[in-house]
Amino acid sequence: MTNTVAQRKIKRRKYSRRDYQAFLYLAPWLIGFLVLQLYPFIMSLIYSFCNYQLGTTPVFNGLENYIRLFNRDADFMKSLRATGIFTIVVVPGKLILSLAVAMFLNRDMKGINFARTVYYIPSLFGGSVAVSVLWKILFQDNGIVNAWINALGGRTIQFWGDPRYALGTICSLEIWQFGSSMVMFLASLKQVPKSLYEAAAIDGANSWHQFWHVTIPQISPILFFNMIMQTIQALQNFTSSSVITNGGPLKSTYVMGLKLYKEAFTNFKMGYASAISWVMFLIIMIVTLLLFRFSSAWVSYDD
Amino acid sequence: MKKKTLGNKLFSYFLIILIGVILIFPIVWMFCAAFKTNEEIFGSTGLLPKAWTSAGLQAWMAENEGGSFGQYFVHLFHNFAESWLGTGRNSYATFFWNSFKLVIPTVILTLVSSTLVAYGFARFNFPGKKLLFGILIGTLMLPNAVVIIPRYAMYANWGWVDTYMPFYVPAALAAAPFFVYMLIQFMRGLPRDLDESAYIDGCSTLRTLVQILLPLMVPALFSAGLFQFMWTYNDYFNSLVFINSATKYTVSLGLRLSLDGESVVNWGKMMAASCIAVLPLIILFFAAQKYFVEGIATTGMKG
Repeated sequence: MTNTVAQRKIKRRKYSRRDYQAFLYLAPWLIGFLVLQLYPFIMSLIYSFCNYQLGTTPVFNGLENYIRLFNRDADFMKSLRATGIFTIVVVPGKLILSLAVAMFLNRDMKGINFARTVYYIPSLFGGSVAVSVLWKILFQDNGIVNAWINALGGRTIQFWGDPRYALGTICSLEIWQFGSSMVMFLASLKQVPKSLYEAAAIDGANSWHQFWHVTIPQISPILFFNMIMQTIQALQNFTSSSVITNGGPLKSTYVMGLKLYKEAFTNFKMGYASAISWVMFLIIMIVTLLLFRFSSAWVSYDD
Repeated sequence: MKKKTLGNKLFSYFLIILIGVILIFPIVWMFCAAFKTNEEIFGSTGLLPKAWTSAGLQAWMAENEGGSFGQYFVHLFHNFAESWLGTGRNSYATFFWNSFKLVIPTVILTLVSSTLVAYGFARFNFPGKKLLFGILIGTLMLPNAVVIIPRYAMYANWGWVDTYMPFYVPAALAAAPFFVYMLIQFMRGLPRDLDESAYIDGCSTLRTLVQILLPLMVPALFSAGLFQFMWTYNDYFNSLVFINSATKYTVSLGLRLSLDGESVVNWGKMMAASCIAVLPLIILFFAAQKYFVEGIATTGMKG
């Protein structure tokens, strides 16, 4: 206690000339933050209250954009729904799968490193167009997946043509790329002290108890970090819906990212699109705050 | 510790291999499909292309009398060759060249700016540091969707639309906070004594960074560079927004163009193009696997 007070006193002396040099190094970021982040951030809020066609002067129209979004734009409601389902399926799906696989691979066996390498490969392709095209072909009505279903005696499933399946099939593309979370989990599982498991075992905890009371608390910071980053990403998803289905069938895959793109860069309704981006931002804020709120219950940082 | 029985071990291997096969199958299929005709791609359950079998060779021999085996081998790759050379402006050689013109400077600028900014944060004690660091972390969660519309309006004013400036300038101004954060974490792990003794010896701060810290940061820079390469190369949304003319199209936009451009899509050729598109990522991954894994593992870890 006294020690930290003493340390603080030493630190409190005036900043030296050397310290002010920091601003030289921070300069690019400070400019970038002001011009490319803060200014656009404020402007998009202002635009969202304006009628603004690209190339014209924005005209203030109050809450008109927001009222239209929620009352008169059925497509927007569909995009909220599609994004909601997508996020609720993809984020837990990816986290559970990557954690399960990481736990399974967290052992000493010959060839285990090779398996880790192979499992990571799908993640290399991120939001690339190439894998979206690939998914489109694999799941076409006469594609190989349906050929197998037929060979096993099943009826052809219209993965892209049936609004019940299209969004789910797009989710499968995202979940397929669970490798980078898996690598993060593997690294953090390695850090869990073996003694904790041994102590738990002596106390008679079975492996299920060990998982909930040792593994989860120990890796909770990384689980939480992953959850937040993936939620933010999932809420903005764009490539797969744009390339594979273009929002169809019956707007079942018309995610918010796609809606925003179409309003802004096809219809050039910048004000309206800004309102969409702010709804998206508010959703991200609310979800993040909720996650932070509930995190104190299960995330443990031991310093 | 439990002793694994042989049966248990075999089952583990079986499961590991099964998951691996499922994960990699789409990629292998994509490669094989590049050698197929549309009829072969659709409605078939098989993986290997007919062209690889002796039946394929015989059929080709019957069609092209006097053809040698060498010529057949060249013919096998016609989908790749046609994609690469392309028709008119739509050749993947051009798309590739464009992608590299966009990606490489973006990666280099990101590394330079992020290193400078990370140095400012990690090694100086300046007024307002807490606030600025908080802002940096806050921007980690700022969705691209919120800033893209005002940025577009700004870039359009400056005449930057349909150039690569919307990619270069944010990179030069460290507007991707993820990499700054990653390098700060890494620098904090380097012993302070190193640069403090250099400072006492009268070494300037810039020289300390370049001559003392930089050599130690090579692995972290490598990881950051690989990720920025992967993300920029795969990026579709920003390229779609900022680049309009086909002569400046990157690989992602090129793939989209071939998908939409033809009334009857030659899927074999499309798959060949997709293979070409993902090849740089696969090569990089196998050449620098270690940095991928370490990069992912350390970013989330120390936060």
